[in-house]
Amino acid sequence: MDMLYNILIDPFVQMVDAPDFLIQVVWEGFVAGVLYALIALGFVLIYKASGVFNFAQGIMVVFAGLSLVGLHEKGVPAWLALILAIGIMAILAVCIEKFVMRPLVGQPDIILLMATIGMTYFLIGLGEVIFGGEPKQMITSELGLPTGSTAFEMGERGLVILQHIDIAAAVIALLMVGGLAVFFNRTRIGRALRAVADDHTAALSVGISLNQIWAIVWFAAGIVALATGIMWGARSDVSFALEIVALKALPVLILGGFTSIPGAIIGGLIIGIGEKIGEIYWGSLVGGGIESWLAYVIALIFLLFRPQGLFGEKIIERI
Amino acid sequence: MNAFVDPVGMAGHSGLTKGEVLLRVDNVSLSFGGVKAITNISFDILKGEVRAIIGPNGAGKTSMLNVINGFYHPQEGTITWRGQVRRKMRPYEAASHGIARTFQNVALFKGMTTLDNIMTGRGLKMNKNFFWQCLHWGPALNEEIEHRRKVEEIIDFLEIQAIRKTPVGRLPYGLQKRVELARALAMEPELLLLDEPMAGMNLEEKEDMSRFILDVNQQFGTTIALIEHDMGVVMDLSDRVVVLDYGRKIADGPPEEVQSNQDVIDAYLGVPH
Repeated sequence: MDMLYNILIDPFVQMVDAPDFLIQVVWEGFVAGVLYALIALGFVLIYKASGVFNFAQGIMVVFAGLSLVGLHEKGVPAWLALILAIGIMAILAVCIEKFVMRPLVGQPDIILLMATIGMTYFLIGLGEVIFGGEPKQMITSELGLPTGSTAFEMGERGLVILQHIDIAAAVIALLMVGGLAVFFNRTRIGRALRAVADDHTAALSVGISLNQIWAIVWFAAGIVALATGIMWGARSDVSFALEIVALKALPVLILGGFTSIPGAIIGGLIIGIGEKIGEIYWGSLVGGGIESWLAYVIALIFLLFRPQGLFGEKIIERI
Repeated sequence: MNAFVDPVGMAGHSGLTKGEVLLRVDNVSLSFGGVKAITNISFDILKGEVRAIIGPNGAGKTSMLNVINGFYHPQEGTITWRGQVRRKMRPYEAASHGIARTFQNVALFKGMTTLDNIMTGRGLKMNKNFFWQCLHWGPALNEEIEHRRKVEEIIDFLEIQAIRKTPVGRLPYGLQKRVELARALAMEPELLLLDEPMAGMNLEEKEDMSRFILDVNQQFGTTIALIEHDMGVVMDLSDRVVVLDYGRKIADGPPEEVQSNQDVIDAYLGVPH
């Protein structure tokens, strides 16, 4: 009986008792969710255009962040470092297209997946050689990102504290999602991207250059990775550990659907908020630490009922 | 329908007149490892004609089309396109040179609607600034509207108005083939390659498709090369027929002449070689 009370009733009593704390928890979860969503967005981009799960997205986040910070350490002003980092992601995209994607045209997806795993280890090595293995401080204030915080009083019910950097992260994520949605649905290149994702041969026959499309989409994923790197880096450090955090995008993708940009956002938020609330209110029942696996359990439950994700394209197979 | 035939579109981007050689294949051979798919084949396609390529299964017909639109590069021989010997050409370059095609096993963008599928065919002709496209405003919007109008004409022409917004993965096979033809037509090609446009269709669908092919040829002056197994269709549609067997050319000429050719009869009936 005690057990049931602890699971079913007590957490909600706590929530009602301290609404300011609940709001704070939801906000923290929201911000974490936005960051997950940003990472998931990078995966979705590549998946949409080539049907490949890009294992290297996580390391691209690290690599982009390291490039930015590393350049600044070498004395480059922050704004120039940002432009150069974008340039580096562009070069990376062209190289990936030329040396990885192009020779593997028409190969089964599993081979492309293996290639992205190979790329991951290559980039880890390259990153360590160039920038060293120690964690670095993100140049938040140099980039003009806000660092303070605002406290909202809720009458006599306490107060909620919002970090400005978190608000900035949410706004930037929103802008990116909007931009990408327009890009995919409205532009000629966006249409070509969707075409390539569907059928390589057919895309070639209507005059779409696969090479060009892939370079563009990897570059777009690189930009998303850079934004993610900056935001994650501002909250913790820029280090290779981020690469593991990036795998949190997996449950997000399962939830939102591999092909859906809005799905990545909603999925990210559900996972972010869900795991924070779960950890705070139910975590103590099993000794805490459920934040690290709760996301996967949520994803598993979704898999049972909606294998294509919340917003994924329905799998239509004529037999 | 007149608006569809524009001077820089279908009728003559090369300036060739009807009856001139549009494409010539000279002594082309293609092999995969030790397997010879095509051996020393030569033939030509004249501007404005319907050219059929026939032959038993495995004769090298599809390989031939793949060579023409750049999916395969022959080890030997030359391809002359609009009077110029063509260097190694990639498929998307062939597309920009006015060669469109359909596939034996329908190759459509299954997750996209009929309309979007056909719009991809206009991609090469859209060149307005990327910035405007993102805004979906200004010159890019005008351009989009103009291309959409062309696409609507093609939709009317092929009588697929009702499925405009349907994801093509849900359509029955016969309609998918028609959407594929629509997408190829949207490219306003000078040469249209059709790989078994009527495979798997019932009689009525075949008749519809035959009518569309003839209309495309006659109204727009599009040159057509098609592979087809239904001999009735081939004899009705084509001006000239080239017959392949085991990767070699065994006959070439008007349908009635080919029909009575002893080698062709043997190839189809299976006389021991």
